[in-house]
Amino acid sequence: MRKIYLIIVWMYAGLLASFSQNATTDSSGYKTRKLTFEEVNLVSSYYVQDGDHASVTGGKGSEKLTDFANVLDVKFYRHDKKNRKHIYSLEAGIDNYTSASSDKIDLIANSSASSGDMRIYPSLSWSRENEKRGTTFGAGASYSTEYDYNSFGGDISFAQKTKSRNGEFFIKLQAYFDRVLLVYPVELRIGSTDFYNDSYGTDSRNSFSASASYSQIINQRFQLMFLADVVKQSGFLGLPFHRVYFTDNSVHVENLPNSRLKIPLGLRASYFLGDKIILRAFYRYYQDDWNLKSHTINLETPVKINPFFSFTPFYRFYNQTAIKYFAPFSEHMETDQYYTSNFDLSSFNSNFLGAGIRLTPLNGVFGYKHFNMVEIRYGFYKRSNGLQSNIVSVNLKFN
Amino acid sequence: MKMHVKKIFVRVVLISICMFVCSCSSVKEYQKSRLNDSEMILSGRKIEKTENSFQTYREGASGANGGKTGGGCGCN
Repeated sequence: MRKIYLIIVWMYAGLLASFSQNATTDSSGYKTRKLTFEEVNLVSSYYVQDGDHASVTGGKGSEKLTDFANVLDVKFYRHDKKNRKHIYSLEAGIDNYTSASSDKIDLIANSSASSGDMRIYPSLSWSRENEKRGTTFGAGASYSTEYDYNSFGGDISFAQKTKSRNGEFFIKLQAYFDRVLLVYPVELRIGSTDFYNDSYGTDSRNSFSASASYSQIINQRFQLMFLADVVKQSGFLGLPFHRVYFTDNSVHVENLPNSRLKIPLGLRASYFLGDKIILRAFYRYYQDDWNLKSHTINLETPVKINPFFSFTPFYRFYNQTAIKYFAPFSEHMETDQYYTSNFDLSSFNSNFLGAGIRLTPLNGVFGYKHFNMVEIRYGFYKRSNGLQSNIVSVNLKFN
Repeated sequence: MKMHVKKIFVRVVLISICMFVCSCSSVKEYQKSRLNDSEMILSGRKIEKTENSFQTYREGASGANGGKTGGGCGCN
């Protein structure tokens, strides 16, 4: 009898052992700790503008300019032992521009060396997301260089999701330490006028900003974001090659105050209407202590023709009041302490409209599975003071 | 009179925003298929980067769009 009991107990133990290899399902999922490539984006654009209020010639003259810009952005990620996601992003941009007005820094030469330039701007950023706590820390560094302007920048950021994961609060602190090469108009330089051999002085421009935003999901189709920045700039805030003509026909270098406080406030909204249309809107109110006030409204309506192709018309309206130091060509008085004839700081309205198409085929663009998106966009921009421009942009995405 | 109208307008906008935020319904992760669409994102899209750049140079205002707020370039 005892033997029968023992056999039954061993059989029961054997049954238990045969199921012990079935581990309970790992709900957290394995996440690779190796550095893994996520995606690469290439954005290229060609920009052409023209107008008749060049700042280099005191607010009068051709504003013809072309710019070919390319930005490459590569992203990697990995998970650490605590299952936090680290994202590393490297961005490199190159702008090649030619400018008819920059050509007039030297009014005597047929063409000055400043008629074209190249700007290079790399940047690195890192963020660490803790999904469990709903927090994300980030930091970044940037550099920008062109012939007469260099910049070093850095930022840190923090984001916190709400308990329901339907809202997120975000804050970012940014600083830029810039250096301006003081290339004055040729007739206002003391001594030599040799563009290449002159030893130009430099001056600094520093910018500090705090940005905050709060995003909230309203329902399954609608979400909003509120944004606010405070920006303080100090140092040389004009540009040394901008001329200003006074009423007595004398010519001077633009002179602006050495501090500026800017406060932009923004609101973004996106709504999924029906099954095929998305409404995206952006509004910004801006004010600074140079008396410039502006309103920006941007509306976009992506229409999903099918899951792999969408068409997006857009329209942007912008208006601004002039800064208190602005006056057009030959209208500044000798008694003015600060003065500029830069029409970018004058009073105007602008309209920017255009459309784009976006392709995300299931098997990749041209059948290449890693080439998963191409987007092309055209925009026409016109200001009420005469400047107008065209821009064509392309975004290619690989993963 | 103009200031009075402006104050009323600002108050109406702030109250509307509060009403919107308070009327939020909690959306679960599996219900976010439309919200997670790549064209529903609340920040500027990558293709708009160079457009934002020329606007920073050609206009006096910048910021509140998640991108450049000032500095880093010889722009306004």
